[in-house]
Amino acid sequence: MQEGLDDGPDFLSEEDRGPRAVNVDLQTDATLQVDISDALSERDKVKFTVHTKSTLPNFKQNEFSVVRQHEEFIWLHDSFVENEEYAGYIIPPAPPKPDFDASREKLQKLGEGEGSMTKEEFTKMKQELEAEYLAIFKKTVAMHEVFLCRVAAHPVLRKDLNFHVFLEYNQDLSVRGKNKKEKLEDFFKNVVKSADGVLVAGVKDVDDFFEHEKTFLLEYHNRVKDASAKSDRMIRSHKSKFLFSISYFYGHSPLPLSCFQTLFPVQKIEARVAADEDLKLADLLKYYLRESQAAKDLLYRRGRALADYENANKALDKARAKNKDVLQAETTQQVCCQKFEKISESAKQELIDFKTRRVAAFRKNLVELAELELKHAKGNLQLLQSCLGVLKGDT
Amino acid sequence: MPHFRQNRLCLREYFNMFNEEENRDTFDIQISVSDPEKVGDGMNAYMVYKVLTKTSLSIFSRDEVCVKRRFSDFLGLHSKLASKYMHMGYIVPPAPEKSIVGMTKVKVGKEDLSSVEFVEKRRSALERYLLRTVKHPALLKDPDVLQFLESSELPRAVSTQALSGAGILRMVNKAADAVNKMTIKMNESDAWFEEKQQQFENLDVQLRKLHASVESLVCHRKELSVNTASFAKSAAMLGNSEDHTALSRALSQLAEVEEKIDQLHQDQACADFYLISELLGDYVRLITAVKGVFDQRMKTWAKCQDAQVMLQRKREAEAKLQHANKPDKLQQAKDEIREWEGKVQQGERDFEQISKNIRREVGRFEKDRVKDFRVVIIKYLESLVHTQQQMIKYWEAFLPEAKAIA
Repeated sequence: MQEGLDDGPDFLSEEDRGPRAVNVDLQTDATLQVDISDALSERDKVKFTVHTKSTLPNFKQNEFSVVRQHEEFIWLHDSFVENEEYAGYIIPPAPPKPDFDASREKLQKLGEGEGSMTKEEFTKMKQELEAEYLAIFKKTVAMHEVFLCRVAAHPVLRKDLNFHVFLEYNQDLSVRGKNKKEKLEDFFKNVVKSADGVLVAGVKDVDDFFEHEKTFLLEYHNRVKDASAKSDRMIRSHKSKFLFSISYFYGHSPLPLSCFQTLFPVQKIEARVAADEDLKLADLLKYYLRESQAAKDLLYRRGRALADYENANKALDKARAKNKDVLQAETTQQVCCQKFEKISESAKQELIDFKTRRVAAFRKNLVELAELELKHAKGNLQLLQSCLGVLKGDT
Repeated sequence: MPHFRQNRLCLREYFNMFNEEENRDTFDIQISVSDPEKVGDGMNAYMVYKVLTKTSLSIFSRDEVCVKRRFSDFLGLHSKLASKYMHMGYIVPPAPEKSIVGMTKVKVGKEDLSSVEFVEKRRSALERYLLRTVKHPALLKDPDVLQFLESSELPRAVSTQALSGAGILRMVNKAADAVNKMTIKMNESDAWFEEKQQQFENLDVQLRKLHASVESLVCHRKELSVNTASFAKSAAMLGNSEDHTALSRALSQLAEVEEKIDQLHQDQACADFYLISELLGDYVRLITAVKGVFDQRMKTWAKCQDAQVMLQRKREAEAKLQHANKPDKLQQAKDEIREWEGKVQQGERDFEQISKNIRREVGRFEKDRVKDFRVVIIKYLESLVHTQQQMIKYWEAFLPEAKAIA
């Protein structure tokens, strides 16, 4: 039924079910709980089973599931971004596209090179690559889930109609990917945005809070970007094969030579260290890279609203001076004022929440990282000391 | 045994030499190679090493001797020992390899890290070479070895240069040997030799593969170190820009931990390299020497065979001359037969002797190999243990900082 790798439908083990809020500390309440209960990897797409439990009257049932693909998540995210009503909120960042290309390529290369290595080597490498594939798979599931959980936890976004449709409608949403024209439009929109962003960033804000946030976010975002890239590189180095194949030594060699075999489990531990660092450190940084961008976007929208408001003020002054279209100008000005104030109010709360979430997430992950590193180092130490004991005792 | 006449050994010491295998642990000689010093300038410059010998053995004239030697002196010593002992089946420890690139950098005066490393690598290799040489009971008593270790002046070994007349002759001989090896088809009557040869072939392949793995391991460690240092800096920057005080402090601490871990990676890479990689390299070269000794035995056998063929021919010639009436030629033929009978006997004796020597040498080699690897692996594991202990210290110090984020 499935081409490509032999992934059964039950890809996620029992322990992986349930909310996996990896990088965010969310309070889930009984009125709306969302998680990804299952996932299927096919040749060129991943199918997520989105599972909802809710006591809200909006839904027909209390518990239900639908199958969604990545494009549908993007559609939902974009609908939030484009909705003027939500201009004052940090839109939870969209999950990144599932990318198995690198892993698939490696597995393919392995298959091609099967003839040139021993059966042992082949099996070992295959297991490692499959574990890598599985890890990437779990990560993409986690990231899609976090997105949904963030939306479900947000007091306003959780009520969004598109969100409910996304959760409940059990047919394909038919949201085709953007075509070339639309992608080009997006591209230009982004160009304009960044140009605007520079402009807006240049204007000093009257409000101290926002002025501080602007300065902070601009710098923070850049630093997180750098840290994310560097942590990726470090962890990739850690993962790369510490080649010390003991199979190169003949089996009946005297004890000292066969003791090279202790290094095998040590290597396995090192691989696990790298995987944990990846989860606790690299993913954390990646996530906050995207969130800090979303926070910047919020500031940008507020900045735009402020600019509109100031322009409306100027237009009103002009109109009053010329005594022409004053009423219209007054209405426009009022609308802009309201919009700006509404955004500012909710933005302030959003940014405070962002900080709270960020601090909590970093705390959780840094503590877990330290605990895991300790666990692995102690494990390694034990292995090494026991091997030393054997070697030294044997004279 | 011709060499004993030169050493003036008494019979008791002669027997002790063969018993020394059992008493290896009480080896009374320590050699160190140290203090590399550059002598001269430009392309004629060379490094001089201090060779210090401390011993209680009576064949040495003093308890403690210190001499200065250069690389070509070591090569010269090896060359002499090889020409004296290899044909008898003794495994002569190979000298460290020449390196034109490495040496040129040093000569040209590049004071960078890679030339410092090169000199240290070489110093260590020279020390191991001498230690292995004196561990060999016959080589320890050799006058050339004694002279090398003790005499303050040593005649320059010019024939060790690659492009000298002797160097070229060596190359030609090596090529000739290779050709001969292909044409000698020995009737192996002794299964032990066949088995051992196969074992050494396998060991050779395995050691080379392992050596390559270790070199790549060292590379990876160095890469990891660079990336860890880079991340540490980045984390420090992130900590600076974070406006929550406790989190900011924790991130700075994280950066410090990563910096310390980077240093650990660097030290570990050194340990990986010096301990394991150099040992493996030594053994790859030693195996070549062992294989060379087996080849010598083959050559000795071939010589013996050739002598037998000659003897046969002389006998046939004599038989023919029996019926001709040439009494002078007949006498000559009889003389030649006696001569070649002697040669055949000598050849058979030589073959027996070299076979015996090789058995003993291989036994010694295998014992030493186990010891060598054991010592190095213990040292390596101890360094790994130290690294893990340090890691535990660092993360234990960090954990409360992370928990303090509120």
